[in-house]
Amino acid sequence: MSEHFDISRWTCPLPLQNYPTIVMGHGSGGKMMSDLIHHMFLPLLENDPLNQLGDSAVLEINPDAPRLAFSTDSFVVHPLFFPGGNIGDLAVYGTVNDLAMTGAQPQFLSAAFILEEGLPMDTLGQITTAFAEAAAISGVQVVTGDTKVVNKGHGDGLFINTTGIGLIPPGVDIAPGNAQVGDAVIVSGTVGDHGMAIMSVREGLEFETRILSDTAPLHELVETMLAASRDIHCLRDATRGGLAAALNELASSSRVGISFEEGLVPLQPAVRAACEMLGMDPFYVANEGKLVAIVNGGIADEVLAAMRSHPMGEQAVIIGHVVAEHPGMVVSKTNIGGSRVVDLPAGELLPRIC
Amino acid sequence: MKYLDEYRDGELTRKLLGEIEQVVTRPWKIMEVCGGQTHSIIKSGLDQLLPPEIDLVHGPGCPVCVTPLELIDKAIALASQPDIIFTSYGDMLRVPGSEKDLFSVKATGGDVRIVYSPLDALKIAQQNPDKTVVFFGIGFETTAPANAMAVMQAKTQGIENFAMLVSHVTVPPAITAIMESPQVQVNAFLAAGHVCTVMGYWEYQQLVDKYQVPVVVMGFEPVDIARAILMCVQQLENCEARVENAYARSVEESGNQPAQKVINQVFAPTDRAWRGIGTIPQSGYRLREAYQQYDAELRFPEIKTINPQESSLCISGLVLQGLKKPNECPAFGKECTPQSPLGATMVSSEGACAAYYQYGRYSDSLGELGKSQ
Repeated sequence: MSEHFDISRWTCPLPLQNYPTIVMGHGSGGKMMSDLIHHMFLPLLENDPLNQLGDSAVLEINPDAPRLAFSTDSFVVHPLFFPGGNIGDLAVYGTVNDLAMTGAQPQFLSAAFILEEGLPMDTLGQITTAFAEAAAISGVQVVTGDTKVVNKGHGDGLFINTTGIGLIPPGVDIAPGNAQVGDAVIVSGTVGDHGMAIMSVREGLEFETRILSDTAPLHELVETMLAASRDIHCLRDATRGGLAAALNELASSSRVGISFEEGLVPLQPAVRAACEMLGMDPFYVANEGKLVAIVNGGIADEVLAAMRSHPMGEQAVIIGHVVAEHPGMVVSKTNIGGSRVVDLPAGELLPRIC
Repeated sequence: MKYLDEYRDGELTRKLLGEIEQVVTRPWKIMEVCGGQTHSIIKSGLDQLLPPEIDLVHGPGCPVCVTPLELIDKAIALASQPDIIFTSYGDMLRVPGSEKDLFSVKATGGDVRIVYSPLDALKIAQQNPDKTVVFFGIGFETTAPANAMAVMQAKTQGIENFAMLVSHVTVPPAITAIMESPQVQVNAFLAAGHVCTVMGYWEYQQLVDKYQVPVVVMGFEPVDIARAILMCVQQLENCEARVENAYARSVEESGNQPAQKVINQVFAPTDRAWRGIGTIPQSGYRLREAYQQYDAELRFPEIKTINPQESSLCISGLVLQGLKKPNECPAFGKECTPQSPLGATMVSSEGACAAYYQYGRYSDSLGELGKSQ
């Protein structure tokens, strides 16, 4: 060994504490995005409905009329077409699902298309057709819109923004802060399908089984659940950041702990295999047609049975419970009987080197 | 999933843990060399289920953590050039250089792309003849064969707009460095199964002979890990020191010889700087003379870095040599988190600090931090 070698000098560098520019991690649905919202947007824009940080804002215009759910979402998916869907149906279902997470019946949508110079007209036609079909399936009317074109190189083919309005039935009170100790935590089906479907085409990876995105509307499933019981406390569609982000946001808003069993979370074998291969945790991978529900523990079985009677909830399962311990934190029981914290993802999901 | 579920079997893992408990009579410090194994141990919660006598120490086997700051700065300088497409394994993008990381370079217009294989970088070079494609060739012996193959194919196919920024490191010299350290407290090593799949484990015999430490080749699933720890403890309790293979389904003593041949053809051993440690003699690879035209450092000699500064707050050195646990660092979970890491061990998903932060914050061994979050 070299005489110069001194293991006690084994130290690390001091890197940036904050990025001076936006990086991709700021849009990942994880902590970086949460920091951006809490330190940049909320202090400047705060008000009661916004501060709830729900998937939709809940607005009371007139105490005698139903409350409104109001939500907006922008879609920048690449590639525009992926196994199981395209940016058109995704843009409808994304906002429909955000509205549904308040228990609302979606009514109206806006559609803003930002088109990049050079986008083939045929591509736009296919996407708009899918958009229209998805609106019809969801029972929403597209009542206003906007069209913009940007120079070649200033957009990724096509970006879509949709904004939606829904009506919340009387007696429904679903909000991220409503979870109570003893509640059951239900997931509506297999997790990670959308993210891995996108990854499988984006990275040119080939799997023996094709993974399809789960993009689909959830409002009917929610309607079925509400018909079984009004004692549903929280709903969250597990999009960016996946199941882990959804559970963390609910634990944090409600100031409760969440405990679940890893082995109970439904996973498609192909998604699991793809995650294993890329070194990714399926709990952090995006979904576009799955929800997490936190319901009164006493009626959980009834809600579960109702979910399983609906095609969107056939594989629904109770994965865990709301607990008084570790408030704000999500802890899972591992398959060998250990436990681990399932934290918010930091920034972008990165495949591991080996 | 076949070949996976049987090695994650809870009952079998607990049976092996029970056997460890029966065999162990006194405290032992056992180092798992590889960051992937650290990750697996913390993710499965296996460390909480071991008898208290067994202290697992997390080793320096995370390629992202040990890539020297100077090389990261060079990567950032190269990636910032307009005529370069910089390609890398994903988790290198968040590793901080002196001033910024590769994500920041991407955000300010640099063409930085994540690839899964260096051969993909070669394809990008073929598709972009007017640019130079630089691949960040980092890692241990596990990534070396593919990286060597990419350089070899570039030469065979006459792809001249491809270069590699090489920062390869090798395991046996690191183990020697740890054993030579005056503060060393490690009683046995769990060798990295994937490194041994490539290189075999014959090299470890001389370490065992010289330092009288047991070395057990270990896989990555809970059953593999519990079995390897059991074999280690049995040796320690019997005052033995041998090389044993607890990952026989993947590893042979002589390793993967075609892969070794490719490595030897393209790379030669060289002294390498390890981030935060300094230079360990003959602890890495450089490109051989016959392939020097693909060496990014030689092709872009103008890429120089100014004395990179390391932090004094971070104790990852002590963590990596097993003298401190990540949660014993005063900055852990406070100044230092995965989204604003003070050290590389908090950056990579294989880094010990990141593994503790993500999976271990609640466990009792981590005390107050878990409760305060």
